[in-house]
Amino acid sequence: MAKITLDKLRHSYMPAPSQPSDYALKEIDLSWRDGGAYALLGPSGCGKSTLLNIISGLLTPSDGRVLFDGEDVTNLPPDQRNIAQVFQFPVIYDTMSVYKNLAFPLRNRGVDEARVDARVREIATMLELEDRLETRASHLTPDNKQKISMGRGLVRDDVNVIMFDEPLTVIDPELKWKLRSKLKELHQKIAVTMIYVTHDQTEALTFADKVVVMQDGEIVQIGTPVELFERPRHTFVGHFIGSPGMNVLPCDVSGGLASFQGQALELEGAISRSDGLTEIGVRPEYVRLADEGIAATVRKVADLGRHVVVEAMAGDTVINAIVDGAVPARGAEVKLRLDPRQTRLYSDGWIASEEAQP
Amino acid sequence: MKSENPRAWLFVLPVLVLVAFNALVPLMTVVNYSVQETFGNNQFFWAGLRWFEEILRSERFHAALGRQLLFTFTILIIEVPLGIAIALAMPRKGPWVPVCLVLMALPLLIPWNVVGAMWNIFTLPDIGLLGWVLNNGLGIEYNMTTSPVAAWVTIIVMDVWHWTSLVVLLCYAGLVAIPDAYYQAAKIDGASNWAVFRYIQLPKMKTVLTIAVLLRFMDSFNIYTEPFTLTGGGPGNSTTLLSIDLVKIALGQFDLGPAAAMSLIYFAITLAVSWLFYTLMTKDDP
Repeated sequence: MAKITLDKLRHSYMPAPSQPSDYALKEIDLSWRDGGAYALLGPSGCGKSTLLNIISGLLTPSDGRVLFDGEDVTNLPPDQRNIAQVFQFPVIYDTMSVYKNLAFPLRNRGVDEARVDARVREIATMLELEDRLETRASHLTPDNKQKISMGRGLVRDDVNVIMFDEPLTVIDPELKWKLRSKLKELHQKIAVTMIYVTHDQTEALTFADKVVVMQDGEIVQIGTPVELFERPRHTFVGHFIGSPGMNVLPCDVSGGLASFQGQALELEGAISRSDGLTEIGVRPEYVRLADEGIAATVRKVADLGRHVVVEAMAGDTVINAIVDGAVPARGAEVKLRLDPRQTRLYSDGWIASEEAQP
Repeated sequence: MKSENPRAWLFVLPVLVLVAFNALVPLMTVVNYSVQETFGNNQFFWAGLRWFEEILRSERFHAALGRQLLFTFTILIIEVPLGIAIALAMPRKGPWVPVCLVLMALPLLIPWNVVGAMWNIFTLPDIGLLGWVLNNGLGIEYNMTTSPVAAWVTIIVMDVWHWTSLVVLLCYAGLVAIPDAYYQAAKIDGASNWAVFRYIQLPKMKTVLTIAVLLRFMDSFNIYTEPFTLTGGGPGNSTTLLSIDLVKIALGQFDLGPAAAMSLIYFAITLAVSWLFYTLMTKDDP
């Protein structure tokens, strides 16, 4: 187990990268706490798998260093880093039994048989595979195969980190939930650092203590699920997390006041800067139908069961609101009020208003 | 839900007719010949299973079958491991892939009798490149037309040259279908190169390898053109394989009955071995 530090990490798949857009990873400085459960969240192609492969040693970064407990491992191959990785599609050794699959990483390292047997049985019990130890691995269902992939990482008690690269992609929805809670439970039991890569916000938010949100090869925000939801540091985070995502309204700033379509809006705190393209960000959860506020026309009403999402047009800007009470009809004229404590200013995408004082 | 539509038969009918005329009807005429005796003039007499008994007891048949089994076994023992080794050594990405594939496919594109003729000239002791170099350059006495050992070595080398590519291409197809994640997982699990081959590559190649062995078995067991053009079955009878012997009996001696019986036995052996092999190889598939 180890604390993992990424030091000025950059990576490009091109032989001679010259400009920032040539880099799949732009410059990553990051520390992963020993025993933490992290999620790496971002859309496809944002560089999260690249980052994961650099940590595991399958890729060598163009620049920068990877440190495990302060020791430079940048040029070490995967098997010398003591890490484990679970891939998108379950990787199992078809011709082996479940037992042999789980024992494989230990036997390759010359662990003595008594210890192998003890570990395999212990992990199989944790994964609820103990009654299938002699089954051929190729005969299992996809979720059990994926459990074996995980198990091969878990059997080694010296692993520094276990990494999951979108491990639930091929699992049926109802089993996804089960496997995810299993994973969470395992993390609590064995307290090894886990890094979970996904583009699914639900997976990231339910699994991780800390979520790292990436976009275009950069880390946009690191925070607990609550922090990401409550106070996105970037409009991308606001938009990517939440369903529907944060409303982003173009606005003008003058004299320390932000206004949308000529109407002044109260923000969470003072404006810290307003040099770039300014926008207002507010989550649909904090937009209310009121007697006064932004005038808009209801375009769509979607009943999601627990709540109703009202999509309204203020000029040519879409504003979503989550409504619990009376629902307006399509085409109705409504007034929308934004909760000032949850209304923020963004300048060039990055947060530009000061946090509200409690 | 399965529903039966009688019209489906209508679409299958042309194929059935085709198969009937190019396979079943000729096969039945062979069956017909195999139980009769003829002295020409299109006069036939009932012979029962006499020809079958005669062939099965014939030393000539036993010898040809022995040579055939030796040939097939030898080329399989060489071509399968060699094919796997070449497939493993071939690049899986990059500009050399098409080059390698074309080079590999080349021997397969050459007509069989041309292969035989090529090797015949290639090995001539006085003017053939290989024959001349062996005899005059390296001082090894080599003459395919007088030495049975030389003839055997030549037909085996020729078959390896001609057909190893097929095994290579099939194995290669199996290898490139393995996702990178398997190799990455193996690296992380600390697997040796041997373990990667044994537990990842070989199991993933199993299906194509079964097909490759099956095709090579059937083709080599029925081989005729190449050894016939190369050695004509000689020197003596040393390279007279089953098919060459069969043609000698049927067309050389015009013994239609025994030839027909031999064809059927030959066919039965090929079928039985293929079936047995395929059943064994696929029995524990999921």
